[in-house]
Amino acid sequence: MSIWLAAMALCGFLGAACGAISPKELRAAVIATFTIFSSLCGLVVSASVLHSGHPASLETTQILPITGVQLHLDSVGALFVAVISVVAIAVVIFNIGYTRDHAMSRTAACATPLFITSMLLVPSAWSVTTFLVCWELMAISSLVLVLTDYQRNAKARSAALWYAVLTQIGAAAITFALVLFAVNVGSQNFSLMALHSASISSVIRSVIFMSALAGFASKAGSVPLHVWLPKAHAEAPSAVSALMSAAMVNLGIYGILRLGNTLLGGGPSWWWILVIVLGLNSAVYGSIHSATSTDLKRLLAFSTVDNIGLILMAVGTAGLLRATGHPMFGALALFAAMFHLVNHAMFKGTLFLSAGSVLYATGTRDLDALGGLFKRMPIASSIFAVGTVAITALPPLSGFVSEWLILQSLLHAISSSAVVSVVLMPLSVGALALTGGLTAAAFVKAFGVGFLGVARSSAAESALEPPRSMNVGSGVLASLCVVVGVAPILLVGLLDRVVAVVESGSTPMVRGHGEALVIQNMHDILDPTIIATVLIVALGATFGVRWMLARHYQVRRAPVWASGRELLTARMTYTATSFAEPLQRIFDDVLQPSYDLDVSPRGESRYYVDSVKFDTMGVDLFERLLYLPVFAIVRALANKVRLVQNGSVHRYLAYSLIALLTILLVAR
Amino acid sequence: MTGLFIHLWRRRGRVTETIPRTKSAATNAGPVELNLRGSLQIRHIDAGSCNGCEMEIASIFSPYYDAEQYGIRLVASPRHADVALVTGPVTRNMLGPLRVTIEAMAAPSVVVALGDCARNCGVFAGAYGVEGGVSEFTEVQLEIPGCPPSPSVIIAALRDLAQS
Repeated sequence: MSIWLAAMALCGFLGAACGAISPKELRAAVIATFTIFSSLCGLVVSASVLHSGHPASLETTQILPITGVQLHLDSVGALFVAVISVVAIAVVIFNIGYTRDHAMSRTAACATPLFITSMLLVPSAWSVTTFLVCWELMAISSLVLVLTDYQRNAKARSAALWYAVLTQIGAAAITFALVLFAVNVGSQNFSLMALHSASISSVIRSVIFMSALAGFASKAGSVPLHVWLPKAHAEAPSAVSALMSAAMVNLGIYGILRLGNTLLGGGPSWWWILVIVLGLNSAVYGSIHSATSTDLKRLLAFSTVDNIGLILMAVGTAGLLRATGHPMFGALALFAAMFHLVNHAMFKGTLFLSAGSVLYATGTRDLDALGGLFKRMPIASSIFAVGTVAITALPPLSGFVSEWLILQSLLHAISSSAVVSVVLMPLSVGALALTGGLTAAAFVKAFGVGFLGVARSSAAESALEPPRSMNVGSGVLASLCVVVGVAPILLVGLLDRVVAVVESGSTPMVRGHGEALVIQNMHDILDPTIIATVLIVALGATFGVRWMLARHYQVRRAPVWASGRELLTARMTYTATSFAEPLQRIFDDVLQPSYDLDVSPRGESRYYVDSVKFDTMGVDLFERLLYLPVFAIVRALANKVRLVQNGSVHRYLAYSLIALLTILLVAR
Repeated sequence: MTGLFIHLWRRRGRVTETIPRTKSAATNAGPVELNLRGSLQIRHIDAGSCNGCEMEIASIFSPYYDAEQYGIRLVASPRHADVALVTGPVTRNMLGPLRVTIEAMAAPSVVVALGDCARNCGVFAGAYGVEGGVSEFTEVQLEIPGCPPSPSVIIAALRDLAQS
């Protein structure tokens, strides 16, 4: 199996090299070919690891000096490699069409395979140096990709700056944690670290976990370290947004699982309470923002914050239950978390790629300027619709299964006797319910305002179906949403194996019975196939009855009745801003939007106006309360430094002279 | 009891006592096959009337005449209506909305021209902004003469239509 692991890495790096040297028109196709090969190798190796349970490993001293490279893929890593591979395949196919009009730059063509390969390598890394090198490579290559459009998109620079700062602070925290860990156990190999982690004092263990949690939570985009995410995900090219949102943020979760569970072997319950609180905040905060955003990609980015919050909630619950002595329920929560992670990758990939199709066809992401796309681009819109149904957790698609499992695990956790869980779990259930409602509102808005109705701009009016490769790319992920939703049983065995590694020695909590999911010992059964069948029959029956009734009548299509008005304009339709307005009012304290009403009157008169401009642009609460003051302090300190270093050459010469004289005097 | 239910089921529309009738002065312009069974849902369109006819329409729904007891109702949308009741000469600005409204009604439906103006522009014939009588723009099935027609005449004409 190690051959496949090597082939995966090799294909990826070759792709980066060939992408950089190939001619303009071929770049997208070249990197697609290499990445698909690399991802297929990744799929083969992860499938075999997940299926057999035997890890694949590869060690070489040739590449990195002194320490060498240690790759070792166990079941946990294999799940992440599999998810990233699937997303990567879809994205590079999509990318062929997406870059048809604006050919990829040499840098982007080099950075894309590099980014994907480093993401594939992070879960396979098995030593501190290998992990950190891959992690940094991933951060830098994705940063380059966020900046791809900097010439056409001025906001990309500021977004990339935010991303660079937060991801580097996160990387520093992770480096500190892992190095501290390695120093304390005297080895940097993950197997040895896991073996000796019990010998570290509990204070140091907590320092390690907290520091790493900060780093990984910033990569996962958890509140309050999420600030970069809506900016970078919205401004990056859509293929990159999809990679970041569907694949990269998962690695934050991977880090928490790897370090907290397998390396440190679990910890005291307050660690996990912290993780749950992080998740709770992210879920609620993300969903409020996504329900009120009017920028399609910003909406999707905040929905990533929300879904990562749900996953963190379930991961935290798993750790908490294990710490309080209920590993059985813990295994269920972890299963739910992993299931949701897989689903989130599929539907968020679908949605971001579809948003890319919209952007390609219309040139705008502003929902207020879209509308009527379903008539103009039916295939791309249907793919977005599938993603919408999946993310709002409606049966029979994938989101329903995983949110059902998360809910089950939270509800069962309440019955465990620990005091914290009795307080925290009902809160989490409430947050899950609120999040579900707000997500539904967000995506009714995204689909209803963006795709149905009439076009609100000439760009939306003249939209055309995007190139076929784009629809194939997003369609692959959309069809996986359907498959996972209708037959979740396909994933159960694999996820049980992952859970068994993380929660070592636990019995599988969820198993398949026929095509139904059964939670062990709880008598909870979910049969998605029956749900799907019932829904399809009901849908068929509805159309059948309609056909029966209308059979004898002549059907005439008349225009929409609007009280005799002959001219219906797009300005009369519901916009995303007005749809979100009530929610914005309700969550005023969280969103704190600033209303900007600009009326320019004609001449002297108050009553005749030339134009009215209304804008509700809210600055992120955490950005304003947490980050901007810190920046102000840093800037003030920097200004103090400028007293000494003010750019005057004369002054620097004087410094040199003083230094020289001092040395001469001292060394006399 | 059962008999009453069967009776109600068969009649479907409103069941009212028989009332004394005045003779209808309306002229039936075209063949009407509505099969309304006694009930009539009306959408009223003022195409440019002086509001005289509107006064009379208002009074047929007054307690004295009470047209609703015969199953005649005014409805809010042409989607619900069997009858487009047009008053006044068709003015330039109302021609479009009139067409849109008639287009919006589901078949089977009829257009009724109420009052002399709707029939042939009445005193407004040739006036500025007047495009012509209703029948010049759409097929009119029933015309009710008068300037304005009295409420009893309107009721008689509409009841004839409802029973046809």
